[in-house]
Amino acid sequence: MIAVQSLTRHFGSIKAVDNISFTVNKGEILGFLGPNGAGKSTTMKMITTFLPPTSGTATVGGFDVISQPLEARAKIGYLPESSPSYRDMNVFDFLMFAAEVRGYDGDERLKRVKDIMATCNLKEVAFQQIDTLSKGFRQRVGFAQAFLHDPEYLILDEPTDGLDPNQKQEVRNLIRQMGREKCIILSTHILEEVEAVCSRAIIIGEGKIVADGSPEELRSKSKLHGAITLELIGVDRKDALNSLEKVQWVDRVTDLSSEQSSETATGDDSGKKILKLRMFPMSGHSIAQETARFIHQRNWQVDGFAVEKGDLNEVFYNLTKGAAAR
Amino acid sequence: MRNFKAVFKRELKSYFESPVAYVFIVIFLLATSGCTFFISRFFETRAATLDPFFIWHPWLYLFLVPAVGMRLWSEERKSGTIELLFTLPITLGQALAGKFMAAWLFIGIALFLTFPMVLTVAYLGSPDYGIIFSSYLGSFLLAGGFLSVTCLFSAMTKNQVISFVLSVVACFAMLMLGVGVFTDFLNGFLPVWLSEAISAFSFFTHYQGFQRGLIDSRDLVYFVSVIFFMLAANALVLERKKAE
Repeated sequence: MIAVQSLTRHFGSIKAVDNISFTVNKGEILGFLGPNGAGKSTTMKMITTFLPPTSGTATVGGFDVISQPLEARAKIGYLPESSPSYRDMNVFDFLMFAAEVRGYDGDERLKRVKDIMATCNLKEVAFQQIDTLSKGFRQRVGFAQAFLHDPEYLILDEPTDGLDPNQKQEVRNLIRQMGREKCIILSTHILEEVEAVCSRAIIIGEGKIVADGSPEELRSKSKLHGAITLELIGVDRKDALNSLEKVQWVDRVTDLSSEQSSETATGDDSGKKILKLRMFPMSGHSIAQETARFIHQRNWQVDGFAVEKGDLNEVFYNLTKGAAAR
Repeated sequence: MRNFKAVFKRELKSYFESPVAYVFIVIFLLATSGCTFFISRFFETRAATLDPFFIWHPWLYLFLVPAVGMRLWSEERKSGTIELLFTLPITLGQALAGKFMAAWLFIGIALFLTFPMVLTVAYLGSPDYGIIFSSYLGSFLLAGGFLSVTCLFSAMTKNQVISFVLSVVACFAMLMLGVGVFTDFLNGFLPVWLSEAISAFSFFTHYQGFQRGLIDSRDLVYFVSVIFFMLAANALVLERKKAE
């Protein structure tokens, strides 16, 4: 378990991290979200013992990062932001160095390095200087170094930054796979990544935690959550707007076709007009069933019917902008 | 000890994997022998002594040692590998000692490669091998002193050029404190005990003892304590600056 207790870090008069507390358990993949400069990296640097906190502390697997840094480090695999490595070394030598420091000798050391190079697909570049590798390979070298000792705790600072879509997918699969038996914290500003990989997300803004929950829970904070996007063919606009507003628990109805370009307003087939509407529920209510029944009664022709799950981008924007305004 | 060894080996190897090592060694050998033969006119002295060789070492080290040491910490800080190094289970002391010893040994290797000078005097006459040994020891310790100063300045900045320039200036000051011209100048307005105390802090004063064939415990203690002091200061600077 990683337990962070009232962690605070000042840089001069700036509070980069302001009294953050949370715990992460084995089997959890925690996504750390926040705009640039929100304090994600600073928090990670403190958990990995690199940066001493101004106040507060953290424990990793029971070891305090301030009083037992070496024991804590031994349990952590860390991928720093932009995965720095000794660029004048080749991949094999670099990993052999990491393995030596991690306490492996002789055959065991060689075996560890060979295994991790296989896992991270590094065999083909084993004897190339790290400096000459592409960003994707360098990132993999960083991963290899972090996973080498099969750590219980993984801390990954922007693990997919600068990778192409295929590589991102690979990395996400790898993280998901490892997440079953490890405790992982990863930071990112890619929201899809949180939805794809994480079991829990913490959003920080201005050094404070502004939201903490599963990606679904966070999404439900969105205004869009539970709204219905409806596409109707050949229905009179005014009639639709007025009558749908009277459906039980509907808060308001907006016309999306008038907001957007006229293209969506005119259906391409048979010249019939497509009307695109969005219905927002009163908070805490579900309107899908009532709406479906109503449409059925009126016998409208439906082209699309979607219940929105909510937009994480919107939640992220509102929460972090709010923090900036305070 | 394992961690010290790992850092030490990595660092030493990195010298030889880049052109730095070869450039340094070639320049060092050319410069030492060039100064010995062409400026000190080694052959014309007609003496079986390496004095004209060792007299140049402080002045060559003044530039060459900072060139070797300037990257030690500034490169780690600039490339961010310091974050990697200090999140591995290594103590600050192990990392510091490993890096310092690797750079020192590297200079030692360059110094060892000047052995043809010894063969030359041995062939031409019968030199005092005791003096040669103590001079080599003094030269190696002097290099260590310069290197420890360079380590400290290297930790202060991410920029290798700044680290080089500051190291050269600091080393120059440490050297000049004991050079005749400067002590004479101090004697002009300071009491003798004070100007002698100042010159006692100089690399130059303590290096001279070894050149006369004296291995004085005071000189040994001086160099060892300068190195320890500089590395301790280096540790403090790193603690404060590593995350910047």
